[in-house]
Amino acid sequence: MATPLAGYLLVAALLFAIGLAGALTRRNAILVLIGIELMLNAANLNLIAFWRFGPHPEALTGFMFAIFSIAVAAAEAAVGLGLVVQIHRHARTTNVDEINRMKG
Amino acid sequence: MSIAFVLVSALTIAGGLAAVLLKNLVHCALAVSVAFAGLAFLFLQLDAQFAGFAQILVYIGAVAILVVFAILLTRGAESPKGESVFSRAWQAGLAIAAAVFAVLGWAILQGAAELPANAATPQVTVNDIGHALMSRYVLPLEIVALLLTAALIGAVIVAMHEKERAK
Repeated sequence: MATPLAGYLLVAALLFAIGLAGALTRRNAILVLIGIELMLNAANLNLIAFWRFGPHPEALTGFMFAIFSIAVAAAEAAVGLGLVVQIHRHARTTNVDEINRMKG
Repeated sequence: MSIAFVLVSALTIAGGLAAVLLKNLVHCALAVSVAFAGLAFLFLQLDAQFAGFAQILVYIGAVAILVVFAILLTRGAESPKGESVFSRAWQAGLAIAAAVFAVLGWAILQGAAELPANAATPQVTVNDIGHALMSRYVLPLEIVALLLTAALIGAVIVAMHEKERAK
């Protein structure tokens, strides 16, 4: 039995919503980054699923998009976690509610 | 739907939920690596072997380790005493996420009848992927190489100690 495209899309939508909820509700900046990673992964799942069920999978378009997206997400994670470590060194906290020095 | 798909997607969703809900940050990092592994299995089920193994190498091998290092460097594993791990405005965030899921789910279910349920297995080898990366996608490949170099140097500079600059 093959899984229809809608099943993969629903799983990706649920994972995206979980990641969004994590990024919006958690206090710790590292957890916010984890939520963003979950959202990026859900988008990758959509890209691969549409590539697999699309009319021309041999053109590799969605597949390549997902591969490049994985590479960009790795760069984002490295810089984001470096920023969190540096903010912790300056402000002695990783709580995003307390990091409000630039609030207008 | 196949049983493997149901099991793997349930594992992935459970990993994601645990990553968002658990109190101890190290447990969160472990749960998120479970979710990444589940996604890699979903990629394998979609006949995207290269993407699945790249997912395992990049996310479980690198991103999860980086997250654990960041948690330990910021002493985030010590649970805050008495206060919630969720932000003060968590109801608003939860409502936004639920609304986004409702819209996405509604759109998918509306279009489910017209989405393809079956497709022929794509005959794509790693050889084809390499050829495509070196011909049609060579410019994006070079840009990603530049981006990764810049991110590497940037992350090191951002996280560097500032003692030498103070002299």
